[in-house]
Amino acid sequence: MTSLAKSLNPKNDPNAGTERFERAEIDASARIPVLVFFGSAIFWLLIGSLLALIAAFKMNIPGLLDSEAWLTFGRVRPAHLNTVIYGWSSAAGIGVGLWLMARLCRVPMMHTSLLIVAGVFWNLGVLVGTLGILAGDSRSIEWLEFPGYATPILFIAYAFIGIWGVIMFRYRKPGHVYVSQWYLLAAFLWFPWLYGTVNMLLIWQPIQGSAQGAVNWWYAHNVLGLWFTPIGLASAYYMIPKVIGRPVHSYYLSILGFWSLALFYSWNGMHHLIGGPFPAWMISASVVASIMMFIPVITVAINHHMTMRGNFEALKWSPTLRFTVFGAMTYTLVSFQGSLMAIPSLNTLTHFTHYTIGHSHLGLYGFFTMMMFGAMYYIVPRLVGWEWPSASLIRWHFWLAAIGITLMVAALTIGGIIQGFALYDPAVSFTNSTLFASPFLWVRGVSGILLTVAHVVFAVNFVMMLARAGGPRDEPTLFAPHAPDKEVAAV
Amino acid sequence: MNRLPLLFFGIFITFASAWAGLVAYPYLNLGRMLPITDEASGDILPPPISGLADAGQRVYAANGCVYCHSQQVRPAYLSTDIAKGLGGRRTVARDYIRSKPAFLGTMRTGPDLTNVGLRYAADWQHRHLYEPGVVTKGSIMPSFRYLYRMQKIQGQPSANAVQGLQGPHAPPPGFEVVPTQQAVELVAYLLSLKRDYPLPEAPQEEVP
Repeated sequence: MTSLAKSLNPKNDPNAGTERFERAEIDASARIPVLVFFGSAIFWLLIGSLLALIAAFKMNIPGLLDSEAWLTFGRVRPAHLNTVIYGWSSAAGIGVGLWLMARLCRVPMMHTSLLIVAGVFWNLGVLVGTLGILAGDSRSIEWLEFPGYATPILFIAYAFIGIWGVIMFRYRKPGHVYVSQWYLLAAFLWFPWLYGTVNMLLIWQPIQGSAQGAVNWWYAHNVLGLWFTPIGLASAYYMIPKVIGRPVHSYYLSILGFWSLALFYSWNGMHHLIGGPFPAWMISASVVASIMMFIPVITVAINHHMTMRGNFEALKWSPTLRFTVFGAMTYTLVSFQGSLMAIPSLNTLTHFTHYTIGHSHLGLYGFFTMMMFGAMYYIVPRLVGWEWPSASLIRWHFWLAAIGITLMVAALTIGGIIQGFALYDPAVSFTNSTLFASPFLWVRGVSGILLTVAHVVFAVNFVMMLARAGGPRDEPTLFAPHAPDKEVAAV
Repeated sequence: MNRLPLLFFGIFITFASAWAGLVAYPYLNLGRMLPITDEASGDILPPPISGLADAGQRVYAANGCVYCHSQQVRPAYLSTDIAKGLGGRRTVARDYIRSKPAFLGTMRTGPDLTNVGLRYAADWQHRHLYEPGVVTKGSIMPSFRYLYRMQKIQGQPSANAVQGLQGPHAPPPGFEVVPTQQAVELVAYLLSLKRDYPLPEAPQEEVP
């Protein structure tokens, strides 16, 4: 068996003896709680995709499903956003984060029944919140539409999850604290602070006027930057070295990347409000912080690239690596784009257009979601004790997702720029700005269909795996049987 | 990195700095603004809005108008918003002290509504909400028919019946379309959106 197959095969972890036993014990303890988060995440991914398709095609066919209040665009769109943010991304991130934490701390998860209950309550919160939005109780505060009777359920459920993550860290085995652990620890501590603050200031006892806008975008941007991004990067820092079997290129770049992210990302939010009713210094601070994001992004990009160097051939075989590297490269791309979008003279063109929607999908899908797919392809076989039943379904999943998101971002970017010029030019009527964007929104709708099919393919493979379909294998499911004479790690 | 106090302290302090700047500051400052009294006219600015308009904000939020309509006019040095006629001046924090929440918005899939109350009257708003594609050719706004009720005319037509409907959902002879309470509140809110009063911190701007 070659080293790539070895590195991916749960039965053949390279270090024999006690370490292997220890890992098996950790995976066994994580099985049910992590599968609860993964399974529910995939469920919400499907629901979120369906809601997205309805919202997308309504932009082309305004009369589509317009007779019922709960199906109106202004409810379906936030329902899509919140199901994919809280139902899919957060739950997938929690599953990946907890598993990574257990593995890196080298402790089994304790009292997992409480964690399972927390997972059930998290999903209950998402369900109640989504139904609340569709029923007309949306707060219309972007990323925080869930009504006030749903958010406490999520917050309490999260408290247990976060405490579990931190407790595992507290009881870790002695030794080096790995870069993924810094990111995870920070994310587990930042999220409750973020979510608690906005619950206090925007939902339960709303503060006044435009101050809400500042707090809203401080939150919305930091959910991405200080919750999803650290989990995504923690996963990349773990998966890339694991699969190719060599250590991270530079410890010092890891440190620089982590601290500059913590310092600059947290200040980014106000770049969503350039020109808005705020003191100039608040906007300027966010614009500067957004430009400074080049530091953590370039640092991480160099670090990952140098780790991968000489091993790119493994992308041909390893699903985990292919999804993860796609996510890592997109992270660089989307972050560069985000920094440039914060420059006021460019922002005046792209602000208020579909360009921004393209950017957010590039971040949350091209980067984070692909990263989570990659991690799941690695983790689930270790939890279930069964390999992925079908390599061709994984291949379909990858290509539909990769082509779908590329098409979507391309359409929204070009359409958004055209729309932006139309909105900018005083000689062009408003109606023309919608008219010009329309063909690009059709392409976006088609790309949404591709992504939805990708998710169905993934869900089918996942369910088949839980049902232990396809017969036992003694090697991991790879894209292609990879030539035994090629020792990947030796390249 | 194994110096854990440093790790915890760093995680705390980086986050706390932005929290102070982007949360605590706006909470203590922008969040406690008061209306002012105009010395010349004696008016309270921004002007108070009616209870009906206040309730309309709930309808605006429930139906997600904010996902397509912004409510902010950017300054002339940064954008063409004023040249495009969205308003005579930029909007400032005091403009939003009565907003629950402040529907600043991030998209202009539909037109900006900062000053929509200056542009249209109630009958136009009702007709437009009922059949936007008929009232504005090329509009992709969805119909909000579900905020209206079609009913048989009993004796005299209702005083508040929506006039001039022509599209496929126009009432057949003998029927009329009347707004529900929610539609009445929503339109009252839309009519209240007029940021044309003077504020000392936001003078009228010359269009370059």
